[in-house]
Amino acid sequence: MDNIIEIKNLTIQYKTDERTVEAVNGLNLTLARGESLGLVGETGAGKTTTALGIMGLIPNPPGIVTDGEIIFEGEDLLKISKHKLRTVRGKKISMIFQDPMTSLNPVITVGDQIAESIRIHEKLSRANSTIKAKEMLELVGIPGERYAEYPHQFSGGMKQRVIIAIALSCNPELLLADEPTTALDVTIQAQVLDLIAKLKKEQNTSMILITHDLGVVVEVCDKVAIMYAGEIVEYGSLTHIYDNTCHPYTRGLFGSIPDLESKADRLNPIPGLMPDPANLPKGCSFEPRCTYSCGKCKTNNPHMVEVEAGHFVKCFNFVKGGKE
Amino acid sequence: MSKRNKKGLKKGFWHDAWHRLKKNKSAMFALITLVALIICAILADYIAPYQYDLQDYNHTFEFPSKQHLLGTDNFGRDMLSRIIYGSRISLLVGFSSIIAAIIFGGLLGAVSGYYGGKVDNILMRAMDILMAIPGMLLAISLAAALKPGLFNLVIAIAIADIPGYARVVRASVLTIKDQEYIEAAQCIGASDSRIIFRHIIPNCLAPIIVQATLGMAGAILSASALSFLGLGIQPPTPEWGSMLSSARQYIRTYWHMTTFPGVAIMITIFALNVLGDGLRDALDPRLKN
Repeated sequence: MDNIIEIKNLTIQYKTDERTVEAVNGLNLTLARGESLGLVGETGAGKTTTALGIMGLIPNPPGIVTDGEIIFEGEDLLKISKHKLRTVRGKKISMIFQDPMTSLNPVITVGDQIAESIRIHEKLSRANSTIKAKEMLELVGIPGERYAEYPHQFSGGMKQRVIIAIALSCNPELLLADEPTTALDVTIQAQVLDLIAKLKKEQNTSMILITHDLGVVVEVCDKVAIMYAGEIVEYGSLTHIYDNTCHPYTRGLFGSIPDLESKADRLNPIPGLMPDPANLPKGCSFEPRCTYSCGKCKTNNPHMVEVEAGHFVKCFNFVKGGKE
Repeated sequence: MSKRNKKGLKKGFWHDAWHRLKKNKSAMFALITLVALIICAILADYIAPYQYDLQDYNHTFEFPSKQHLLGTDNFGRDMLSRIIYGSRISLLVGFSSIIAAIIFGGLLGAVSGYYGGKVDNILMRAMDILMAIPGMLLAISLAAALKPGLFNLVIAIAIADIPGYARVVRASVLTIKDQEYIEAAQCIGASDSRIIFRHIIPNCLAPIIVQATLGMAGAILSASALSFLGLGIQPPTPEWGSMLSSARQYIRTYWHMTTFPGVAIMITIFALNVLGDGLRDALDPRLKN
């Protein structure tokens, strides 16, 4: 199938004088055109860094992309010129940010913020970009008359919809949604997710949805990648991950979701904490918390193993069964 | 919720600020005084009772009277007319040198704050060098090096003021450039200049405005001081500072010749300072009530 984006061995580090934080370690990811991928992991797993890496927006210093390739439309985004990258951002790849409260400029009207991206990329006149921006506003369910209002006059959910309108205004081919619903309450979450799913379908956009909510992934995505300490530990389709959970970390994640039917006094978390990304374990980074740890994990980092067609797991426990 | 409030402040931010300023009586009084001064300067041809350079040797050194409300000077020129015409120069020098200083200082500050690193270091160290020289001394040496005259006076004062603005703008750019909406603007492919001019500068106007109002008073004072020293506006063009300077030899006998230009300077500076204070309060979101 036609791949929209291929990330190969992406390594991103934040270097300071005292220490080096290894935020993303040799990440491999491919996404087919029109598909959505859920990138799941706990805080600090490197999800947002990955997304910023794709956009070429890693704050430097201290962030450095030390290795890897991001192939988008046959070109390595890490190697193309700054100028060219600007024509990709917003036009071909756009991003929805986590916090709608801070992602809109408080002194510019909402409509102008949508029109800005259109004006940059589509070379439309001021009047035409205004018309298009109004259409986008209405597409996300906000009346066009509110074009000239400022962000503070909008509720959180509406602001997130404005941000979605900005992200989709140039019909991007890839949408990076960085926890688009984390800052919203549950009912608004559902609306926003429905809206993203609907627009994505209409425009045939591919999407990488970053979240730590496995329930959200099931609603919107086709593929799932579980991330831990800067690596993808399990990758597969929804059925692979949800019905045939393999990696101990993924099992732990599902285990910590409370069951509605049975009564439990306490949640069932994964013991321990994420390793310090400045001081990762020598072997498998999940080994210190893993209940299935074998001796080998302590010193060797396992490779991805395909346990069934299209379902990859990075764990020694599956090496025998699968083909390496 | 706190984030919402923070946003709420920016809300009709200018509207709110104007509302708060209106409640501040002394600031409003200062604003009215300034507006009156500006109108005087613009309409000087109509308001002034005499020509500013009309000499009348029958009436030299006259004390205030009905004919000459503020008296006459050593050439028999009407003091009131000279002060009214003088406001043109003072306000012009004040405004234009501050505007020039804001444009250049602001640009330097914005660039060094936004790009950081080496650019920041080089620009800011250059500003430090300028700052190390006392402002007045710098303006005097610049004015002396250039030829005396209105334009050069503006340049001399503006250059001495640039580092202050560069610092203020740089500081606000540093806080604003880390905001998420700047990252979002980068994400839609906006160029650096677009981000600086459209997204960052409008968000840091408040401190610049305050600095400008207070700085304008300083600029008018420097202009007067330079003219007093003979480095600024040359006679017979009336300028408050040069009027003071030429009147100082008569200070013991004809008090009115030094007092009135001095009072004019004082009123203007006072109004600008009070207005600047009022603006600082009005534009400071924490004092909102």
